Amino acid sequence: MLLDLWTIVLVSMGVVFFLAGTVGLLRFPDALSRLHALTKADNLGLGLVVIGLLPRLTGIADGAKMIFVWLLVMLSGACLAQLVAHLIRQSGDFKP
Amino acid sequence: MTAWLDSAALILLIGLAAWVVLGRNTFAAVAGFIAYGMLLGLVWVELQGIDVAMTEAAIGGGLTGALMIGAARRLKSAAPVAPATAGTLVIAIGVGAAMAAILAACVLALPNPAPSLASLVAGNIAATGVQNPITAVLLAFRSMDTLLEAVVLLLALIAVWSLAPDAEWPGRIGVPQTANPNGILAYIARVLPPIGLVIGFYIFWAGADQPGGKFQAATILAAMWLLIISAGLGKTPPVSSRWLRAGLIAGPIGFILVGAYGVASTGAFLGLPAAYAKPLIVTIEIALLPTLTLILALLIPPPLRKRAEA
Repeated sequence: MLLDLWTIVLVSMGVVFFLAGTVGLLRFPDALSRLHALTKADNLGLGLVVIGLLPRLTGIADGAKMIFVWLLVMLSGACLAQLVAHLIRQSGDFKP
Repeated sequence: MTAWLDSAALILLIGLAAWVVLGRNTFAAVAGFIAYGMLLGLVWVELQGIDVAMTEAAIGGGLTGALMIGAARRLKSAAPVAPATAGTLVIAIGVGAAMAAILAACVLALPNPAPSLASLVAGNIAATGVQNPITAVLLAFRSMDTLLEAVVLLLALIAVWSLAPDAEWPGRIGVPQTANPNGILAYIARVLPPIGLVIGFYIFWAGADQPGGKFQAATILAAMWLLIISAGLGKTPPVSSRWLRAGLIAGPIGFILVGAYGVASTGAFLGLPAAYAKPLIVTIEIALLPTLTLILALLIPPPLRKRAEA
């Protein structure tokens, strides 16, 4: 019961971040802001979903794998955001 | 609840497919195709086909996506294509509709329940020594298909290489890349490959008993290598390199040698004697891993360049 509550609350919070990230991707005016919205969804949204699902796993190894996936997504998301932002600046579309 | 999720995924899939086909912008269509591959992977997870899901995400979404991004970039500099005439459109729609109708008729004509060899596989899997039925089918029950698949990939790479102009043969594969050595690309090309190597070999090794295997592992290893190359931290090998050629044929040769051993020991090509089935399957997988990694990685860079370009 408490476990269900934990999962429902945290996964829902994660979904809110994904939703906010998607809305930001669609509504924000320029590419850099859209990128900013998108990386929030990856990092916080996925993290909350992972934390919400952690107590449901049977072994420590499974939990470690899930946390590891989250860390990898954060790493690749952050690096990709930097690369895309660099390309945007180079292309001259963005005027600070 | 799951029915709703499944329907949503299906509608998204069809929408993405329409986006890919109808999209005017080549790059947007490619982005749609990659998303399509990832979503299709999720659908395969829902269908309990974890092995297929991993392959779809890795090869259908990732690797094919990378190939298509390269193609889209090269198309950008090509002359614009004339819009299709009414006649071409009618023919295209007619052929497409006929194809869909024939496929639908074939699927509907299947007996219910559909013919399946699953029970045969389940009954005989113990003889192979592996526990993942997909691996058992790919490397024991239908290993001829897998052998031909590896050869087809090798032929594909040779076909790509044969497009190189004569003057540039034998050159290095792809254009040498440079990136800021303190930049973020160089950073991730240093941080990620060790992690990717461990995950790749883990998926390779786990493939005997759990979802995974050489194909998914080779895609990950190839991606790590490409990352190093694109950050300018490593060079692509020249096509004349001996170790490259040895690696490219290791898989097919190893596979054929195991097949020949089958002739000697069981009387059938690719037959596996039950006592040594598992070691032989692992041997084939180990031989195929470098071949697949090299081929999958080397299909991505643009064709040969002998002279260094500015």
